[in-house]
This record gives sequence, structure tokens and C-alpha cells, in this order.
Amino acid sequence: MERFQPLLQDTDEIITHSYVRDIKLASGKTLALITLDNGQDHTRPNTLGPHTLLEFAGKLDELKQRAKDKEIHGVAVTGKPYYLAAGVDLTKVQGLQDRHSGRLIGEMGHWALDKLSDLGVPSFVFINGLALGGGLEVALNADYRTVNRAAPAIALPEIFLGLIPGWGGAYLLPNLIGIRNALKVMLENPLKQNRMLKPDEAFDLGIADAIFDSSRFLEQSIDWADQVLGGKKIKRKNQPGAVEKATIWGPAVSIARSMVEEKLGKVPLAPYRVLDLLGAAKSGTKQAAFEREDQAIEDLSAGDQFRASIYAFNLVQKHAKKPQGAPDSKLAKPVTKVGVVGAGLMASQFALLFLRRLEVPVVITDISQERIDKGITYITEELDKLVAKGRLSSDDRNRYVGNLSGSLEYAAFADCDWVIEAVFEELKIKQEVFAAIEKVVREDCILATNTSSLSVDEIGKALSKPERLVGFHFFNPVAVMPLLEVVRADKSNDESVATAMKVARSLRKTAVITSDSAGFVVNRLLGFLLGEAMRAVDEGASFEKVADAIAPLGLPMNPFDLLELVGLKVGAHVLDSMHAFNQDRFYASENLHKLAEYGKLLERDGKGKIKGYDKKAIDIVGNSSNGGRSAEEIFEAVNVGLAKEIKLMLDEKVVHLPEDIDLCMIMGAGWPFHLGGITPYLDRSGASEKAFGSTFHTPMIIGVRD
Amino acid sequence: MKPQDVYFVDGVRTPFGKAGEKGVYWNTRADDLVVKAMIGLLERHPDLDLTAIDDVAIAATTQQGDQGLTIGRTAGILAGLPQSVPGFAIDRMCAGAMTAVTTTGSGIGIGAYDMVLAGGVEHMGRHPMGFDADPNPRFLAEKLVSPDALNMGNTAEKIHDRFPHLTKERADAFAVGSQQKAAQAYKDGKIQKDLIPVSAATAEGWNLVTQDELLRPDSTVEGMKDLKTPFRPHGKVTAGNASPLTDGATIALLASGDAVKKHNLAPRMKMVSFGFAGVEPEIMGIGPIPSTEKALEKAGLTIDDIGLFELNEAFAVQVLSFLDHFGIADDDERVNKYGGAIAFGHPLASSGVRLMNQLSRQFEEHPEVRYGVTAMCIGLGMGGTVIWENLNYGGK
Repeated sequence: MERFQPLLQDTDEIITHSYVRDIKLASGKTLALITLDNGQDHTRPNTLGPHTLLEFAGKLDELKQRAKDKEIHGVAVTGKPYYLAAGVDLTKVQGLQDRHSGRLIGEMGHWALDKLSDLGVPSFVFINGLALGGGLEVALNADYRTVNRAAPAIALPEIFLGLIPGWGGAYLLPNLIGIRNALKVMLENPLKQNRMLKPDEAFDLGIADAIFDSSRFLEQSIDWADQVLGGKKIKRKNQPGAVEKATIWGPAVSIARSMVEEKLGKVPLAPYRVLDLLGAAKSGTKQAAFEREDQAIEDLSAGDQFRASIYAFNLVQKHAKKPQGAPDSKLAKPVTKVGVVGAGLMASQFALLFLRRLEVPVVITDISQERIDKGITYITEELDKLVAKGRLSSDDRNRYVGNLSGSLEYAAFADCDWVIEAVFEELKIKQEVFAAIEKVVREDCILATNTSSLSVDEIGKALSKPERLVGFHFFNPVAVMPLLEVVRADKSNDESVATAMKVARSLRKTAVITSDSAGFVVNRLLGFLLGEAMRAVDEGASFEKVADAIAPLGLPMNPFDLLELVGLKVGAHVLDSMHAFNQDRFYASENLHKLAEYGKLLERDGKGKIKGYDKKAIDIVGNSSNGGRSAEEIFEAVNVGLAKEIKLMLDEKVVHLPEDIDLCMIMGAGWPFHLGGITPYLDRSGASEKAFGSTFHTPMIIGVRD
Repeated sequence: MKPQDVYFVDGVRTPFGKAGEKGVYWNTRADDLVVKAMIGLLERHPDLDLTAIDDVAIAATTQQGDQGLTIGRTAGILAGLPQSVPGFAIDRMCAGAMTAVTTTGSGIGIGAYDMVLAGGVEHMGRHPMGFDADPNPRFLAEKLVSPDALNMGNTAEKIHDRFPHLTKERADAFAVGSQQKAAQAYKDGKIQKDLIPVSAATAEGWNLVTQDELLRPDSTVEGMKDLKTPFRPHGKVTAGNASPLTDGATIALLASGDAVKKHNLAPRMKMVSFGFAGVEPEIMGIGPIPSTEKALEKAGLTIDDIGLFELNEAFAVQVLSFLDHFGIADDDERVNKYGGAIAFGHPLASSGVRLMNQLSRQFEEHPEVRYGVTAMCIGLGMGGTVIWENLNYGGK
């Protein structure tokens, strides 16, 4: 215990106390019930810090003695209402100043929780509510578990944040539920936007031995524990035996490893560390396994990726909820009817989203009845699909279909509070459309444009009241991508921007306010990156060489895969418009237009899986010789260029903070947590220093340097 | 519709807790208490077709907050009953659960229902008696009731006034007897089997409440002698010879003869008759006398036909007035064999079903007894009585 002293120096931990009560069981036996409770209200989950672990371990030591004295027959642990525990307090881990302290956190957790396996009487954990990370590991260290069918989430999300389950989870879980299930819980789910288990899934996987409804969860768990103490046999169908260990264990880990390599590349550390631990968990002692976990926690908690991940997590969880530069939300006008100009695919997607999220009448207009009918059919069919999947009730479907109408005349917008256009991306057309709409809409109707490349102020020039116009830039696919860039043009007034922010929130999007400048945030940086990739290609570098050169960034997709995903024509258009904005910094590629004309860049197998680059595409750009700059030079140019561009964007006040840039790139372009978006990476790679002689963050978001 | 028999199949309750901050249920909602009781009851009948439940009647005296919102319906939803099962709320103060049984029982009796849940809940800690009540000023201005009528302790003192031979000593002795009988019933395991344990959050972790909190098995007449008389100086009603303020919930399953057969149920007693009656509000404790006379008359029985009595002990003197009227001794062994509300507590609208449940268990032990009575006094001058037939009766 002496060795944990360095961790106990922290005096502002919100301690989750361990309250012990003796419960008289129906059989006459006595169960000591520990309740974990931090004394805070229901918005503050139990967390597990060093003082918490110390108290918990102390109580378990006392109970071990009482078990020896035959005063108690079992020990159970549960949490305050709604929570078992949400795991270790990560802000504390983030603040650690040396490698050794990180290791101590692993060691102290093991030291405390392992006591559950050595009480001399059976131990139970009643998972009454949220159990994440270390919280779930409390349960895994016990002999038996029950779970409340109403618990909101159960998960080991550590790798999502650049860590590993290091309090026994990486060893105990696969040995409880089998390697494949453990891979699902510890690897696959965190990589699927941090998916978490529902209690029924946790029970089916074998994480819990019994599941009960919430109304009498604790009563039934206690009764069940009484039966177990009385000799009830518990079957664990997923518990791995010698056969599983000898046969599928190794191959399952290998398959998962190639899946991770394919999906994430080799930059993120935590997924591979988890694979190492899971691979090793099939044999050897628990003690050795726990030591491996300690080492992994030491390495990862001191590393850059963990710090960047926590930074990114806080951006998404906290920073995103307080948009920088947002006007007073009280200025927002109520939106009770929405107009959508256009009935094409993009416009129909908008209409669908507004129908479902705002639940107000939506009217769409287009130039022909045929196009309108097509749009309405598309929207209706999409709603029907949701009903078929059980994600929408037929009552709501009827309500939304009833709220949808189409018209050939803008006059149908007369009583709309909000009209958004998704017409062809040409300034003159947009100006004409808005000028015509302004003649029929109310004085206070807000107008929104989904432009991705035109100036909102320019579009507004045809308006008599340009202050009512804002940019409202969605990302494709509209229903899925969480980011919205709300563009505040010079003329946009506070009411319009506040309304746009409120609408964005109703649509359940993360909105970032940007100035009216080319490409806003996401397209400007992607435009730069893709431009640099095409520049290297045009210089003669092969697609592979360019992709490999940029790979150390750890982006979810290489530039060419991304180009094909967004569409080569769209990509060429983005590069062109950024090039038009600044010819020195943004590269436009004639070859990309040729590729767009040809139609593809990648070679795929019958199932659509990428096999390599299309031969004809290589011929078109003529980069088979693999010439040009070295990979290092290409990478350096991308990094330093990104740093310069971001610095410029901040100086130009496109957004206010580097945090806003990172939030946009994470939510709008899927840039990974372990980069912290991008700015923490550029700082620590030295690109910021080279680009502008300083860093975006002071202090830098960086791991422990010994 | 066809007239049909009404059976009491099974009944349970939560352990009763002390009302107020120091009680075990201070952090537990009233609706959760009755929901847990309901689930606990249904768990005892795992094969029961829940969609066959025709209605759920839950009583509460103060129908506000967690006792409001038509608690029979909300409790059914919270307990996971099928949505097709309706529910409603009932109030007749102390006789709430009793009225839930007689009302839904009547529905069975005329053939409108086949199976029902009936019970009550009162969290007197969260809902102190009379809290937020707004009596019409005419009550006092026109002397429709005496000011004493609204304070139950005062109505009990009034019984001592009217019947001077029902002395404080007799009341105290009766109260001690209640405590001793309850202690013995606990010792014999007669109470526990119908208690549904309740997990209750406290500031120091979860607690599992498995028995009544208010029992005072060590009470003595000597110890009670000098207790304060809170209702009047030198009065006779004390905390010792009155039921304490209590939190708790009860619920019972009732069924028709057809339902008993169809769902393979094992009923314990059959409803014979019931009666409610009114008396002067300021002496409400004597209410069970006329209500019992009414119920006996309807059943064509006399008091001598009754072999077991479960009388709610709102106040000892109020039970004594009943016994005195019918010529039954204070310590007659047919009366409140397991003890009564003075020992267990009296969570107003839930108590009726506790009486029935205890009577039904005593019927099992006494096949020689054919008829039993459950009776209770009710605020604002009322009494309620249900007469039951023992299905274990083996003939004389």
C-alpha cells in the first residue's frame, strides 16, 4: 500500500464511498452488500480514483476477516441508483506527470479489485446501472454477476480513448465469455463509434450470469445470490475451454488484427495493445496477465495518443455543446414550417431530416411536377423503410407524410419560417432563386443556403434583406454525418445565426460557426490535403507512394479512397474552387478532371472491396514510374502546409479556436481521436513550429517525455 | 352478466416502515412501494396469464405527487403489466385498500370482472395526513362537524369520553397485547411469508427491508403509563396505544369462480358480504360497529357466527369500543391473533388488505372456523366491514 502513496497525494478526488450493510437472506445467511456511492446527484456517475480504491480495498479486507469469522456468507457490490461506476476518472490519468504514476494506477486497480476473488466467500456484483471501463472491471473481478435490464450501457470503451482495459478486463473477460465475444466487446464495439452493450446483450454474451427487470432488480439479485450460496449451479455457455484455447483463440486474434490494420492502419497503438493482451490471455497465470496490463497502462497512459484522445473526447462531449461565437440562443425564432428549394436527392434528404427532427410541415418546390413527385416518393419510401426496420412508428410515419407537400410555386413558402436551398452550385442561379423567394416569404423568414464553395455574402447580394441569410453546410450523407458548418456572412444578423444554431440542434447536429470564407473549415483542409496528394501524383509519384507517405498521419482513409468516396467530380470541383480562392496554396489538378471523366481510380473485386489502383487510371495520370519528391518530402509538405493553413484560418477568424478546427475535422471528416483532430498532432510533430514558429496549444497536448 | 362468487386468492405487502426522515423508506417513492408489492405478488403466480387481469384498483389517501396520477394505472405500467390491463385510483382514507377490494370484488360479483388486483399505498412520510387539504369552511362555520373531527387523535379521546369504562389502562393493556401477539407471529414465521422485501436507498448505501420497522415487542403497560398524551393535556391516547405513522403498500389478487378454475388458482377465502356506514365524524372510531351490523345483516349472520376478527387498530380504545359493543372480551383470542396496527403500523390506504391477508392465513390454521370479519374505522366518521368465508372450513 505504501507504494500507492504518490497517487494518494491528490486531495480533490470526488471519492466514491463503499458503504457496507449486512443483508439478512431468506435462507438465514448473511450477505454483506457494498454500495458504491459518490454522494453526488444522478448527473454525476461514480468514478474510481485512488482514494476510492483504497476505501474499497479496506472494506474488502474487513469483510475477508468477517468471512473467516463466519459472520458473513457472501459479499456483493452494487452502485448508487442508475450507476455501478463509469470507470476511472480520466482527467486524473491525463494529468499524470510521469510513467510510473500511470503504472501505479494499473497496479492499484488490480490490487483493490482482485480482492473480490479472495474473500473466502463468494463475491457478487449486481450491475444495477451504467458500468463502463473500470466500473465493469469491478464486476469482472467478482465470482458472479447479475445485470439490471434497464442499465443504460455496459462497455469496455478504453481503446476508444487510447487505453486498454487494465484492471483485469483484458484477461478476465476473454476467459469468461470466449475470445470472439471479448474481441467484440473490447475491440470491435469501441471502433464502431464507441458502441456500447445493452444489458440483454451483456447477458447473452455471458458477462452477467442473470438478468432482472429494474423494478425489483436488487431484491431479485439478492435472492439469486442466496440461491447460489445455497448451491445453485451456474452454467456459462461461452466460457472457453481447452479446445477453444487450442484452436480458435490464436486465429481469432489474428483475424481481428488484420481487420484493424485494414480499417485503421498501423498508427493507433491501443487496438494493437489490446490484441497482444487478448492473444496472451489464453494461457499463463492471472498474475502475469495483470502485470502485462500494468505495463500496457504505463506505456499508453504516458503516450501522446491517449492525451490527444482525451482532448478529442472533451471536444466532442463538452466543447461541441458550447459553440464559439454563438449569439444569445434567446434570439432564435421558432421554426414552425420549413421550405426546401429543390426536390433532388440532396434536397429530399434535407426534407426528410427536417420532417423527422423538427416535426413541422415541410414544403418542397422544383421546376417540374415530375421532379416533385419523385422527391416525395423518395421521402415516403425512406420513411416506410424506417417503419419496416422498426425505427419509426406508423403513426409518426403518417404524421410526417401528412406534413410533406410539394409545389411548383415559391408562393407555397409564404408561411414558412425557414427556407433552405439545395439548387445547383452556381452563384447566379442561387441569387435568382433567393431573390424570387424573398418576394413571397414573410418579413422575418430566415433563408439558408447549403453552398459548399460559394460566398454567402455574394449569394445574399440579390436580397433586399441580406441579414436574413445564413450558410448551412451539411456533409454527405446528410442523415449520418454529425457536423454542420453554420456560416455567418458579414451581413447575417444575430437572429438568423441564432435560429440556424437552434435548427441545427433540433436536427441533432454539432454546429460550428464559421466565417464566410472559401471552403469554410472542412473543405478547406480536405481541399488542401487532396490537392497535395494530387500534386505529388502529378509530379509522378505512384498512388501507393503518396498514400504511404501520408499514412503516418493515421487518417481513416487515404486521399484516393476519399476522392472516390466523395466522387471524383465533386473532388475536382472542390480543388478547383479552393485553387480559385488561392492559387499559391491550393493545388488544382488537370489529371483529376481526366480521372473524373474516366470515372474511376480504384480497382475493386466482385464484392466492391478495394484491390488496388485502376490500370487505366494509372495510364491517364502517367505515374507508373513513381517519380517526384521523396515520401518524406511529401509528408513534410502536407504537415507543414496544414499547420500554415490552420494558422491562417485562425488569424482570419474563420473559426475562433484550434479546438473548433479539430471538432470540425473529427465530426465532419472522421479524423481520428488519436490525432486529437489535427492540431495537437501538428504541434508535437514539429509542423506548427516550422510553419509559424510556435504551437497551437500551450502547453502542448502531449504525453510524458522521459 | 351473471352473478358469481368472489374469491380472495393471495395477498402480500411491503414491510411497513416508520414515516419520516428516519424511516427506512424516506428515499423510496410511494409508487415504487406498491409496484414492488405488485411484482412480488405476481412472481408468486408465475404461470398467471397477466392479460386476463381485468382491472387494477390502488388506493391512496393523499393522491398527489408519487401517489397521484391515477396510481392504479401508473403502477400497472411500472410493474410491467400488459398495456391492455387498465387501472384506477381509489380513496376512502383508511379504508382505501378495503374499498379497492369491495369495489373490484363487486365487479366480479356482478360478472363484469374475472380477475383483479386491489391494494393500497400510503407514504405518510412523504404525504403527511391532511397535508394540503382544503376543507370547505362551511364544515366549521355551520358546525357541520366538530373541529375535533379532523384530528384523528381527538376522535379517539372522544371515545374515552363517551365510554368512561374504556379506560386508559384497558387501552394500554390491549396495545401491549398487540405488540406481544405480533412478536409471537413473527417468531412463528407467520408474517414474513407474505412480505415482499424492498430495496431502499439510503445515504449510506442500499438497504434491504425485510421486516416491519415499527414493532415494539418489549412494550409493557408500566412503560406506557407515562407516555405523553399529545392530543389533550392529561388525555388518554398516547403513542403507545395508537397506531404509528407508517409507510407501506399492500396488494391482493381476487378472482371469480371461473377464473379460479381456468387459471388453476388456490383461493383462501370467499367474500360473503360487506358494509360501510357513517357515524359522527368527531367519534369516527366507532364506525366499524354499524358497518359490521350492516354486513352481518346482509350476510344473514350474527356476531356469534364469526370465528375470527381482524380489526384495524387505529387506536386501542376504538377497537375496545367495538369489542365492548358486541360483548367480546378485550383479550378474546379470536381477535387480531397476529397482533394489529398498533404493532405493525397503519399506512392508511393500504391497511385493509393487510387485515384480509392475515385473516386468510388464520383461516388456514383454523379449519373449524367458517366466518371471519375484517373491519376498520375511517376518517370523517365512517366504518367498513367485509365478512369472509373460510375455504378450509371442514364443518363442525
